[in-house]
Amino acid sequence: MSVFRFQRRPAVARLLAGRGDLLVVTGLGAPTYDVAAAGEHERNFYLWGAMGGAAMVGLGLALAQPSLPVLVVTGDGEMLMGLGGLATVALRNPGNLSIVVLDNGLYGETGGQLSHTSGPTDLPSVARACGIADSRTVGSEAELAALAQRVQSPGNATLFARLPIDPAPLPRILPPRDGVFLKNRMRGALGLGPV
Amino acid sequence: MADALSWPARIHAALKAYDVRQVAYVPDGGHTELLQLVHGDAAMTPVLLTSEQEGIGVLGGAWLGGQRGVLVMQSSGVGNCVNLLSLVKLCNFPFLALVTMRGEWGEFNPWQVPMGSTTAAAFHLMGVQVQRAEAPDEVAPVVDAACRMAFEGGTPQAVLLSQRLIGAKEFLK
Repeated sequence: MSVFRFQRRPAVARLLAGRGDLLVVTGLGAPTYDVAAAGEHERNFYLWGAMGGAAMVGLGLALAQPSLPVLVVTGDGEMLMGLGGLATVALRNPGNLSIVVLDNGLYGETGGQLSHTSGPTDLPSVARACGIADSRTVGSEAELAALAQRVQSPGNATLFARLPIDPAPLPRILPPRDGVFLKNRMRGALGLGPV
Repeated sequence: MADALSWPARIHAALKAYDVRQVAYVPDGGHTELLQLVHGDAAMTPVLLTSEQEGIGVLGGAWLGGQRGVLVMQSSGVGNCVNLLSLVKLCNFPFLALVTMRGEWGEFNPWQVPMGSTTAAAFHLMGVQVQRAEAPDEVAPVVDAACRMAFEGGTPQAVLLSQRLIGAKEFLK
């Protein structure tokens, strides 16, 4: 087992560099701050709650916009709360959807309690067993570069990737948390109006 | 009735009329015909869920991407949705749930009763307005009114399809 761990902010910035038309949905907590730290963007939709729902929002968005790449960036705790959703994703298996889990093995937002992934649970194995064939742990900068290229262009099937990250807490970067604003901002970027 | 369409077929027609494109669901016996129609409709994407709460996220994502969706489920799943309905409340996502009722009329299985008797209250807790259809003739107008309020008015809606309409599940023959 690899002991390599990414620094979360540069790793997320690398994923999003030159992002083009990529749509990004974030899971609550540190992944939201990491994506915001990489640069506020009208194609970012940040979740500040709805724990366990990030991949599901990504799924609905990917199905609605099949020609655009959709990336979900979330954490191990948020993903663990919605593991059943991996089976839901796998059944539709949209090629324009990627789910990237920043795995620090703990619940950083609540005080650093260890999560299941510090124990026996391996998220890519769960995703693969649910039917997401391309489920990987990213273990080097070269693999991260390959992942960045893949998440920014639709493929033939959904991708799931786990990035082991340094668990050290970082200053919070707080993006907007007005849900209506975030919704209409992303819709506006897609040429869609309000109700 | 002016035509011979079944009430599930009339629900399907209403969803088509409102350009509903994603149908997130956990199966229920009372939704069998509707779900068959959805699966046979190339303009609709069925999304089978492992838990009803997933559907709240799916429908939010659908709307971010420009599509209307509906959540199809049984009453026992409504409690699973409560926290995720924060998304609907905070983001004003269009929301329509079609819920077949258990635990309210001729129910053999008492384990269906606690959630079945609090289904409307659970929706109300999270700001979802509840409509009921008790008889076949009521289904189409109720669903049509709910679609209008959800998709044109932006008021979250749940339609409860009564157990009397659907028929109590037979456990003993």
